[in-house]
Amino acid sequence: MTVAVATTAALALGDDALVLSHRLGEWAGHAPVLEEEVALANIALDLLGQARVLLSMAGDEDELAYLREERAFRNLQLVEQPNGDFAHTVVRQLYFSTYQHLLHARLATGDGPFAPLAAKAVKEVAYHRDHAEQWTLRLGDGTDASHERMQRACEALWRFTGEMFRPVEGLDVDARALETVWLESVTGVLSRATLTVPEGPRSGAWTAGAGRQGVHTEPFGRMLAEMQHLHRSHPGASW
Amino acid sequence: MATAAAQQTAGAQAHGAGDGTAGPAAYERAFDAAVAADERIEPRDWMPDAYRATLVRQIAQHAHSEIIGMQPEANWITRAPSLRRKAILMAKVQDEAGHGLYLYSAAETLGTGRDELLDKLHTGRQKYSSIFNYPTLTWADVGAIGWLVDGAAITNQVPLCRCSYGPYARAMVRICKEESFHQRQGYELLLALSRGTPQQHAMAQDAVDRWWWPSLMMFGPPDDESAHSAQSMAWKIKRHSNDELRQRFVDICVPQAESLGLTLPDADLRWNEQRGHHDFGPIDWSEFWAVLKGNGLCNEQRITQRRQAHDEGAWVREAAAAYAAKHTAPAPHPQETGAALA
Amino acid sequence: MTNTDWPLWEVFVRSRRGLSHTHAGSLHAPDAELALRNARDLYTRRGEGVSIWVVPSSAITASSPDEKDPFFEPAADKPYRHPTFYEIPEGVKHL
Repeated sequence: MTVAVATTAALALGDDALVLSHRLGEWAGHAPVLEEEVALANIALDLLGQARVLLSMAGDEDELAYLREERAFRNLQLVEQPNGDFAHTVVRQLYFSTYQHLLHARLATGDGPFAPLAAKAVKEVAYHRDHAEQWTLRLGDGTDASHERMQRACEALWRFTGEMFRPVEGLDVDARALETVWLESVTGVLSRATLTVPEGPRSGAWTAGAGRQGVHTEPFGRMLAEMQHLHRSHPGASW
Repeated sequence: MATAAAQQTAGAQAHGAGDGTAGPAAYERAFDAAVAADERIEPRDWMPDAYRATLVRQIAQHAHSEIIGMQPEANWITRAPSLRRKAILMAKVQDEAGHGLYLYSAAETLGTGRDELLDKLHTGRQKYSSIFNYPTLTWADVGAIGWLVDGAAITNQVPLCRCSYGPYARAMVRICKEESFHQRQGYELLLALSRGTPQQHAMAQDAVDRWWWPSLMMFGPPDDESAHSAQSMAWKIKRHSNDELRQRFVDICVPQAESLGLTLPDADLRWNEQRGHHDFGPIDWSEFWAVLKGNGLCNEQRITQRRQAHDEGAWVREAAAAYAAKHTAPAPHPQETGAALA
Repeated sequence: MTNTDWPLWEVFVRSRRGLSHTHAGSLHAPDAELALRNARDLYTRRGEGVSIWVVPSSAITASSPDEKDPFFEPAADKPYRHPTFYEIPEGVKHL
């Protein structure tokens, strides 16, 4: 495997973790209950830790996080989606952490460049997945109002889930096999939560290019503007 | 809310009042003796109503301050200028939520549920520290809050680890242990700015200029004007007077500011050989009272955000409660599981 | 009171293997599973634990401070339960 190929994959996974961590960080001070402030921050911190290791494999973590333009980011469109209500955040977590858990479990058993990181991350992500599943069950099978919100969130984010299973250069995993297990797992959780598995397409014309190729959704630009503005305002400064 | 602790406490009180062998006077003597002997008062002990009310007020205000205090710093999480700083800040804001939780727990042992306390916060019947009604205008404010605001808080809190009420003292031990990184990260952040570019240095100085005086006000009004101080000292809820702690804080900060390469905005600040302390200029208490009464820059904003988070979270809390009602088997009788606790 | 009040749970943490669980504090959760997870997030985020118990606060039966004397004082005058009660000649080892 060439260095450049490993870099492509490191950026893809690193940007996923960075961007989702940022989104979860936006919850600080806004969570539905204090206990959940602590839980969401734990997940955000795990992801930020992963992002720093991965980006450092590809270059300088801060240069990569703060000085790249939107089109140079390689994260999935799923993770950049705005938090929405708590249901959207939970469903985003369910879709992504299930994928991330399956992915890291496979990477951890291999001998590629990501094995050491994956061995640590897989434990963190197992907890994220559990957290998302627990909340999916409670909100899906809670009240009528919570069920409705969850169903809406499931549908809204479904279209972003196909992208996770496109092969990434430098990632030695069978994307198709991953997708099969992912579908089985997510379908199971949604059913137990009395939610209907969405029927819409999971990929298609509207994902042309997609996040891994540097094509992002509109809210992402504003997110980056906020994230990068201070760093960019003081070129060359250290913090 | 009828928590177990509340019921038990109420039970203990009723028992005390109606018991022929140990009348109220005997309970009061036992309480006074325990406080005098520096023993801890525990939740189910008899305690004077005013002691209980004072503690609930103080612990609740402290808990509210932790969770409202998340806001000015969370304001910078999404803009933190390096990933290292971002991780530190997220962990710190998370700690504040955690500390709020420890403190609400301590308050609940006195028979007042968290929902009731939050409701009092949201409706303005209980206060939080006025310092959080000042805005965080620049990144350097995150550093100034860590160094000065957390520094002042720690000066206030360390003696509370020996407070006469056990659950409060224990919560404070945990909080003080965890907060030791809060002040250091703020100091380190300011140091990086002070030694950075001229713009960064100016940003740091500006933040210290704005936060210095409000930090001194955090110790509360001068001793001769402090409404609750004397009784709290007698009950050993409080161990040092406002002015004593303020002086201690000033003495600590002066050399720290020098090492930072920053100045403190007080022309009257100088070492007094005779007193063995730093003299400092008069504090503008009219500002303190104005902010306390709700006229600070952020009073409205802070409480609105807090209320909004709570209201928007209602459906989540309801859903989880509904799910639990549907899926949880009735709790087993305590005796079936109690043995495991040995 | 609404049904959104989550019940109170007491949290016990084993800080490392070989030690018993000790009371760490309390928290609110709608059910036992979330109570356990909230406890993990709140009370072990600095690596303070290897095992957690959560117990509904309402399930705890506690001794009353009023019964302090009958409960605990009778144990105070039985020093023969402590090894320091016994005099052993100097030089006797392993005892």
